[in-house]
Amino acid sequence: MGKRSVIPFGPQHPVLPEPIHIDLVIEDEKVVEAIPSVGFIHRGLESLVDRRDYNQMTYVVERTCGICSFQHGMGYCEAMEHVFGVEVPARAKYLRTIWAELGRIHSHLLWLGLLADGFGYENLFYQCWRVREKILDMQEMTSGGRLIFSVNKVGGVIKDIDKEKLDIILKTIDEVEAELETIKDTFLLDYSVQSRLQGVGIVTKEQAHDLGAAGPFARASGIKTDMRKLGYAAYPDLDFEPIVSATGDSYARCYCRIMEIFQSIDLLRQAIAKIPNETDLFTPVKGNPDGEYFMRVEQPRGEAVYYVKASGKPYLDRFRVRTPTFANLPGLCEMLKNTQLSDVGLLVLTIDPCISCTER
Amino acid sequence: MAEVIHPEEQIIEIDVDQLLTKAMELKKAGFRLSQACAAFVNEKFELSYSFAEDKTYQYTTLRVVIDTDTEVPSITDIVPPAVFYENEMKELFGVKIKMISLDYENRFYRIEEETPFGPKNGADASGEKKEEA
Repeated sequence: MGKRSVIPFGPQHPVLPEPIHIDLVIEDEKVVEAIPSVGFIHRGLESLVDRRDYNQMTYVVERTCGICSFQHGMGYCEAMEHVFGVEVPARAKYLRTIWAELGRIHSHLLWLGLLADGFGYENLFYQCWRVREKILDMQEMTSGGRLIFSVNKVGGVIKDIDKEKLDIILKTIDEVEAELETIKDTFLLDYSVQSRLQGVGIVTKEQAHDLGAAGPFARASGIKTDMRKLGYAAYPDLDFEPIVSATGDSYARCYCRIMEIFQSIDLLRQAIAKIPNETDLFTPVKGNPDGEYFMRVEQPRGEAVYYVKASGKPYLDRFRVRTPTFANLPGLCEMLKNTQLSDVGLLVLTIDPCISCTER
Repeated sequence: MAEVIHPEEQIIEIDVDQLLTKAMELKKAGFRLSQACAAFVNEKFELSYSFAEDKTYQYTTLRVVIDTDTEVPSITDIVPPAVFYENEMKELFGVKIKMISLDYENRFYRIEEETPFGPKNGADASGEKKEEA
């Protein structure tokens, strides 16, 4: 047995846009244990429930994260709608689906760019982010915000997308799909990329299950789970199956996310084709909430859980969001065991960590 | 059209003494830990341990209501990923959890204030609006 030592990874590190700290216990160049700690930018947003009423909280929850902002707002509103027992108008459900899938595409493209930068393909990073800009433009065109939309409200949405803009989205995703076909080949077929990703950081299906892994991280290990199957928003009307891979390595995680972009493009086409032509965008909600609900939403990084508890007052007793990155921390620690120190940076990236979400 | 799953979702209230047994039962039934959290309501802690099943999407939450000075056994020996949730409950709320497999001793979250969501910091669960700071 070699001499053991501890190397601090983060909170500031070139592969990390956000701060997380991991103590790496290494033996020679091999990691034998990884102990994370967070909280460098903890904001305590959940505790604002006693100062912001349930409507105001929508805007607080959206600001949990700049990448999956819309889905945070949607998850919170869906939870509150269950507590109130209101049915959201059909068009609002489709609008939520369209914004959610645009968000998934831009989040996955952002991650692909970071991954490419992590393994040294700087021009591939530029390509991914260049394509992502087109999606951000769609988000700005439809909501007024590139990342923070502020279109959700308890009971529905507050903005519509007219036919002209829906046609522009269709045209844009055609372009994105064509460009993604080229990018996909580099990620999945290039020898150098394969040598950095294949067989590295393997998490088996049993490990992923036992460690409570979520989202593409779990699906890459063969767990067929996707919270969109629960039937929120307009997903019950759309045809899709979770994308899974069996190998559980870094390559599988990359494969799942790339294929999920194509899946999101398909879901956008389906949603735009089926969106009902009606004027109601929200159902008025009366009174104060009373009850509790655990709402699960499939964010780009996986299952997010929104817990709301209310007792007939404008202010909730408790709001809690469990983000997918938080759920994937145990899997990350297990994945880092027995890997080379030089692979750690890339492996941390492969769970698509969102520390802003975790530090809600 | 996609198959829509309408899973069974339930909250089961249990005594703190039953926590380990019930967690073991759910684990053996193929559930994974989805989340665990605390709430400070009516001068008591409400602990929620949610377990999910990925084939049927069933969602079962074990609910333990305790006084603020009651000790809770850690479930980390049965469900290892609970380690971060339990450290969070301990550090943010001040829930007394014993025998966590990896106890960060208030260093999981690098925050200055001790138990910021806990009762001793005046967290108001009455629903009355607080004055803005």
